[in-house]
Amino acid sequence: MAEMGERHILEKNEYGFVEDPRYRECEKEVWYGVLLGIVNLVIWAAAGYGLGSGPVENYSYIMGFPAWFFVSCIANSLLAIVATIYIVKRKMRVMPLDPMTEEEAEEYVRNGGGKS
Amino acid sequence: MYFIGFYALKLVNSASLRKGGSGSAYMEEYMTGGRGTGGFVLAMTLVATYLSAGSFIGGPGTAYTHGLAWVFLAMSQIPTGYYTLMVLGKKFAIVSRKTGANSISDFLRARYESSAVLIIASLSIICFLIAAMAAQLIGASRLLQGSTGLDYTTALIFFAITVVVHTAIGGFRGVVFNDTLQGAVMTLSTLALFIAIVMKGGGIGNIVQAMKAINPGMISPYGVKEGFMTVPWVSSFWVLVGFAVVGLPAVAQRAMSYRDSKSLHSGIIYGTIVSLVLLTGMHLAGAFGVTQVAGIKSGDLVIPTLITSLFHPVVAGLILAGPLAAVMSTVDSQLLVVVAAIVNDLLVNYIKPDLKAKFKTLRTITVVTSFIVGLIIVVLAFDPPELMVWLNLFATAGQLSTFLWPTILGLYWKGANAPGAIAGMVTGIGTYLFSNYLLPRPLGLHPIVPSLALSLLAFIAVAKVTRKPSEKVIRLFWGL
Repeated sequence: MAEMGERHILEKNEYGFVEDPRYRECEKEVWYGVLLGIVNLVIWAAAGYGLGSGPVENYSYIMGFPAWFFVSCIANSLLAIVATIYIVKRKMRVMPLDPMTEEEAEEYVRNGGGKS
Repeated sequence: MYFIGFYALKLVNSASLRKGGSGSAYMEEYMTGGRGTGGFVLAMTLVATYLSAGSFIGGPGTAYTHGLAWVFLAMSQIPTGYYTLMVLGKKFAIVSRKTGANSISDFLRARYESSAVLIIASLSIICFLIAAMAAQLIGASRLLQGSTGLDYTTALIFFAITVVVHTAIGGFRGVVFNDTLQGAVMTLSTLALFIAIVMKGGGIGNIVQAMKAINPGMISPYGVKEGFMTVPWVSSFWVLVGFAVVGLPAVAQRAMSYRDSKSLHSGIIYGTIVSLVLLTGMHLAGAFGVTQVAGIKSGDLVIPTLITSLFHPVVAGLILAGPLAAVMSTVDSQLLVVVAAIVNDLLVNYIKPDLKAKFKTLRTITVVTSFIVGLIIVVLAFDPPELMVWLNLFATAGQLSTFLWPTILGLYWKGANAPGAIAGMVTGIGTYLFSNYLLPRPLGLHPIVPSLALSLLAFIAVAKVTRKPSEKVIRLFWGL
């Protein structure tokens, strides 16, 4: 890697300056949050209005709760917790948050921080 | 109790005196606690900030009337624990360190370099947060009134003094320490109340059947009242209290304050777990409560009545500390943001810039401002509306209409510029106020949805046709 020269490690953007290499990772982590949010929303709507729309007499029950409520609220919350733990432990990276000098940024990229 | 409080405040105070040599160091310390917040504390402060009296007094009270449908609506807050911290994320923390931003207004100033943006933002913070704090105070006073039989006015004044003194002198450190303790108290209270209700009702199955016997609508997602809990309106809450809370200045400020990325990671996990336990527990307690104590008239009195009727008076007192703690921590962090808007954003920036160097004067002004704002809130809360929830949601929606897009687009879109931000803010606030007063359910939705949609369109459209932000700003935000 080192013989590629320093200029190639940090690429310049359309404005002609070196962009903070941490942002690629940061922006990827945003999508985990958004995607999990959409998954929770879809389960909530599908279970709530899908299972809960018929007459109340025909409801089935899980652990005492009406099935629509159990799936859309209780199970969905548990899913949110498990998925959050998975994302944080497996997908998110530890990184410094303070401003970097060019040398530190190169160091960060060399240590695999800039990998996608 | 007050003596202990004052002693603690003196300690905090002298600590900050020793630390802060200059005015700006004091501001950073006051606003973000010197960016030293760890994971558990971060989670507790965030949870305590957004799960306010709305979730503890208003929400469960409404669930008492509308049954599981309202719990279903409240669960639109499932994502809040992880979503805010992941979406603002590390980039927000990095940028706020690069720009030295201590509050959302500092962030907007650095990003848009525009007095107009700043002034609209500060005025919006001041107006809508004062409404929000009044709502919280009303909630807390009703709680004291309902459980102790104390006069409403006395309860109000007692509560207000505690909060204002605390925030004025302690700043973020004081607020943070308090929020952590209060977050823990809230969690324990919720668990105790929920377990007690389920045990007394003979298990969840029995309670649900008893609710069905009262009114089958109590266990349906459409609620008991025809045409109230409609699908588009209920779904709108995913925007209002779910995805868009990223735009609350008090929440964003917390997302600047953590120490390092490890604190953020554990904060996300703790925050998700704690907020879900609190949300589910408290709202279900309200909904289940209808089978045990019938005929409570004012929604805001449901939780205090349930607590006093289920527990021994001493235990009841301890459990009531939960919702009171929720209110207190919400109000104190909101007060902090309002004071920041007045002192940091308007006074120091536009009126007297030389104050930055004068530590003592700045501190006096900050303390005095806190007291004045506190006084205004108390005056507003003297004559309370029927249900505090609506006032609370009004304040939330107003802030979201102002801040959501300038924050998100400013952080992730290089093209976001000042004219765009101004167009977005004005359109957002305008649309929201218009539909709130004149068009209560546009297309069946809550007014926040069209207002955020139009605000986004206006922002992007105007930003596309006006000059790009200066290269200096882009370098500061995106460069090394």
